[in-house]
Amino acid sequence: MNPPPDNAPSVEATGLTKVYGSGDTEVVAMKDVSLRVERGEVVALLGPSGAGKSTLLTALGLVNPPTSGRITIGGVPVMDGERALVNLAAFRRQHLGFVFQKANLIPFLNAVQNVQVALEINDVLPRAARKRALELLEYFEVADRAHHLPDALSGGQQQRVAVARALANHPSLILADEPTAALDSARGRQVMELFRKVAHERGAGVIVVTHDQRALDVFDRVVEMEDGKVRAGHKPG
Amino acid sequence: MNLAAQDIRHNVGRFVLTAVGIGLLLMLVLGMGGIYQGLVFEATQLVDDVGADLWVVQKNTRGPFAEVSRIPANVEYRLAAVPGVQRAQSFVAHTIQREYRGKPFRMFVQGLDWPEDNGQWLKLAAGRPLAQGHYEMIADQVLGLELGDQIPLGKDVFTVVGLTKGMASSSGDGMAFFTVRDALAVQFDVVGESARLEREARRSRAGSQDFGRVQPELLERAGGPSSTLPALATPLVSAILVKVAPGVDAASVSATVSAWPDVTVYTHEGQRQLLLRGNVDRARRQLGLFRVILVIVSTIIMALIIYTLTLDKTHDIAMLKLMGARNRVIVGLILQQALLLGALGYGIAYYIGQWLYPLFPRRVMITADDLWILAGIVVAISSLASLLGIAKALRVEPNKVLS
Repeated sequence: MNPPPDNAPSVEATGLTKVYGSGDTEVVAMKDVSLRVERGEVVALLGPSGAGKSTLLTALGLVNPPTSGRITIGGVPVMDGERALVNLAAFRRQHLGFVFQKANLIPFLNAVQNVQVALEINDVLPRAARKRALELLEYFEVADRAHHLPDALSGGQQQRVAVARALANHPSLILADEPTAALDSARGRQVMELFRKVAHERGAGVIVVTHDQRALDVFDRVVEMEDGKVRAGHKPG
Repeated sequence: MNLAAQDIRHNVGRFVLTAVGIGLLLMLVLGMGGIYQGLVFEATQLVDDVGADLWVVQKNTRGPFAEVSRIPANVEYRLAAVPGVQRAQSFVAHTIQREYRGKPFRMFVQGLDWPEDNGQWLKLAAGRPLAQGHYEMIADQVLGLELGDQIPLGKDVFTVVGLTKGMASSSGDGMAFFTVRDALAVQFDVVGESARLEREARRSRAGSQDFGRVQPELLERAGGPSSTLPALATPLVSAILVKVAPGVDAASVSATVSAWPDVTVYTHEGQRQLLLRGNVDRARRQLGLFRVILVIVSTIIMALIIYTLTLDKTHDIAMLKLMGARNRVIVGLILQQALLLGALGYGIAYYIGQWLYPLFPRRVMITADDLWILAGIVVAISSLASLLGIAKALRVEPNKVLS
């Protein structure tokens, strides 16, 4: 796969539509959605339940192909409608990072192994993977819990490990679905600021689906969705 | 990093318990093979240990182990005169069941051709070979006798002077060795009243004939012990064993004796094959079928266990896929666990088997070949059992992690 051009946007989606079912049972979950996120930009995706936020996020995450529309990530065209233009698993491995409401850490791996596994999946040798995983945990200030299983970590610690895992392979796009929903406001804000720091320092685009209005000032831009469409995009505040 | 090993370490208790269950099943599979090997060993060990080159038996019979064979003991002298024969000796073998110390006492009686054969060739675990022509016996340990025990059989009492280990007949009865005369006495023992009635019947039959009426002395002889009557046949034995002289081809001696109209001859290998085909073959097929069923049951159980373990990890597998894990990472996780489960089960089967098999009432012999075959079976059923789990894992969609 060719390396993406440096000046390309982190992600560019054009005319995305997602239709579930057909005939009487047809549901349009997302209709003609276009979105562009630059490198280093942190975007909040707001909207009520059923607005199509998660559908958009999973389409951009290459796990739920749109019915129509195009997706380009880091300058590389990856989806044209339902047709994949690249090996999706390989592309996810190299260019995407995911964070969810639940940390979704693998329960039988300790904190450092949860980060290490993302690197080893991307063909980093075990020794180098472990070193980098420890560096990331250090960066996110959870290195002292590196050898604890997820069960032994607090919610905030788990979420920081999940963020470290999402960033392990230097993704050009990070997708987060309600990453602070399970955290108190202080911890939630801490995680949001973490995204901002990472986006600015590492040049990754970040899209965060959130209902949390308290930390919107952390974002560069807020995009609102309703009834499967982008209603408005504006600067926070 | 080995994901399979990490998962096992995290659930080590459940994994070990599962492996114990699999191990017990595999122990049964291994045991079936061991029981078969034990049957073969027990069936053939006497034929092998006696070391006869030829077995001469009653005409048109298959020998003393397959069916009743009765041959006059004096055939031994005829055979001894055949060129190339180094030694001929009587062989008596039969199973008896008596009562001893209030319990049923079953043993395979084997006659030794005293004084030429005193049981020197037996591998004794304790005691000594026979030292006199009567009233001594060598018993196998499986009979539960001890040196010096006095065993009443018929009208005589026999002293245990030697103990063998692991010598049993093809039906699993422990062996006991007597002189041929004692073995026959044990087999044909009749109580005094029966002997008296038989003698009276003989006297009555002779008295009804002319020669009995005109020769009172003959009438008197007819009522005497049967061993004093030249008109009665010599004792019958089960077979005559022939050892050919060094350098002599057993087949040439066999060809000579086969021409006799009253006997049938088998080579050592022929007698061995008769035993295996006759006594052991059906048991072999039965055990083989049972073994196949056990292997199938083990595979199904393993498949269900691996499938359940995979179901438990569906969310984690979805996460790995979302991170872009290749299929071989997912397949490796499940296959390695299945193989580790199989390997641990194999070790447990071997270990528990070593401890348990000696407690079985019949010999269970585990050979190196059996262990290799079981290892192959374990690899095969582990791989096969993992297919269901692998198929499930490969169908897991990465977006399942969002649900």
